[in-house]
Amino acid sequence: MKKVLMGNHAATLGATLARAQVVAAYPITPATQVVELIAEMSAKGEYTGQFLRVESEHSAMAALLGAATAGARCFTATSSQGLAYMHEMLHWVSGARLPIVMVDVNRALASPWNLWTDQTDSLSQRDTGWLQFYCATNQEVLDTVLQAYKVAERVSLPAMVILDGFTLSHVYEPVEVPTQAQADEYLPPWTPERRLDPAHPAGFGALEGPKEYLRLRHRLAQDMERAEDEVDRAGSQFGRLFGRDYSCVETYRCTDADTLLLTSGAVGSTAKQAVDELRDEGFKAGVVRVRLFRPFPAKSLRRILRRSQRVAVVDRNFSQGQQGIFCEELKAALYGLEERPEIYGYVAGLGGGDITVELLKEIWREAADGQGEKLEPAWMEDPR
Amino acid sequence: MPRLKIDPAAPAVRVSTIPMSVNKTGSWRSQAPQLHSDKCTGCNLCWKFCPEACVAMVDGKPVIDMDHCKGCGICAAECPPKCMTMVEEAAS
Repeated sequence: MKKVLMGNHAATLGATLARAQVVAAYPITPATQVVELIAEMSAKGEYTGQFLRVESEHSAMAALLGAATAGARCFTATSSQGLAYMHEMLHWVSGARLPIVMVDVNRALASPWNLWTDQTDSLSQRDTGWLQFYCATNQEVLDTVLQAYKVAERVSLPAMVILDGFTLSHVYEPVEVPTQAQADEYLPPWTPERRLDPAHPAGFGALEGPKEYLRLRHRLAQDMERAEDEVDRAGSQFGRLFGRDYSCVETYRCTDADTLLLTSGAVGSTAKQAVDELRDEGFKAGVVRVRLFRPFPAKSLRRILRRSQRVAVVDRNFSQGQQGIFCEELKAALYGLEERPEIYGYVAGLGGGDITVELLKEIWREAADGQGEKLEPAWMEDPR
Repeated sequence: MPRLKIDPAAPAVRVSTIPMSVNKTGSWRSQAPQLHSDKCTGCNLCWKFCPEACVAMVDGKPVIDMDHCKGCGICAAECPPKCMTMVEEAAS
């Protein structure tokens, strides 16, 4: 059934359709409504899983660590400072190989206070061993929560589903909501290999020396690497059932393009509009939207970008002392190729600034002229 | 190109010098607490629970700083004799 939903409620419905059995959460702007709706459904008896109110985000993830160890499908949502506060538990969960799914609504980190969208909160968690999906529409948010469980449970790793604060979280869009029967067909119950069971006592996450630690981390790395193909597989399986196909990387009008805009999140949608206008003006423009950030889809990007000449990476994030994070990762992924495009880095929209069609077109034109910065990122601001 | 314009004298930190007497955050409010002081027992619970420290006890009764009250309703929810009710603010 088609409904008009805000991104946050699309995320909620993804979690309830996935039959998440335990939800533990602490509210934070702009993610509050994701779990507020679950709390409301729980109070009305429409959500029959366990809803836990906890005193912090750290506790929320700790509660889910326990619940998932006992074999429950788990869900939470947070943002910015809340995600930062959860940081320690994120490592615990991935090391325990638990397929918890969490929604993060992108919001800039303090200081100074800022409520608006910025990817640096989720990208600061890139080394925690969580899969990361960046969504461009509210439909994709709902669909990706379901796919995230599918992939997470296949590779035994947790997954973060990320949407832009306000530009998706609070904006209403038409969303096709699957029936429970359809969701069940796509996502059967999780059957963990091992679980905490009082009848068979066991210790989880106990002390290991360097020899075993190294092997466990290597196994995690292999499963993380395998996730790139699993995301494509889960995306095409989803497409066969629901008619909406997904992959690690979305390409738009790229086939004969000489210069590409590479970006992520809702800016990926704006970039399509910019490229349509550039095409109308006779330019060979295209968009690459990176949907999966962890694992970084290097295989897909090498295949897609081999043909292009120039790529302008638009980052709504920044690694202090480095550059835009997607740009930095893309450069690393393409380094080994003999033929690779020129890569220009652009940093824009930090703390929620608008990344407009006009700004993207100007970035594209500069890159197409070969005039972009190759070493240092160019900091942009749309003065309009 | 719309490059970020850099002011070489731009500060590393911005410090707000606006006092709370000027920064009237009560404008965020959509509901206002209304006191029925005949029922008030002067128990101080509203003073204790107000997350914005907007309640002052004057002669044993609460006086609310409406310049900073955000209308959260915690005082009304916690009041044992229910002498505080929340009233919709007119649209501004």
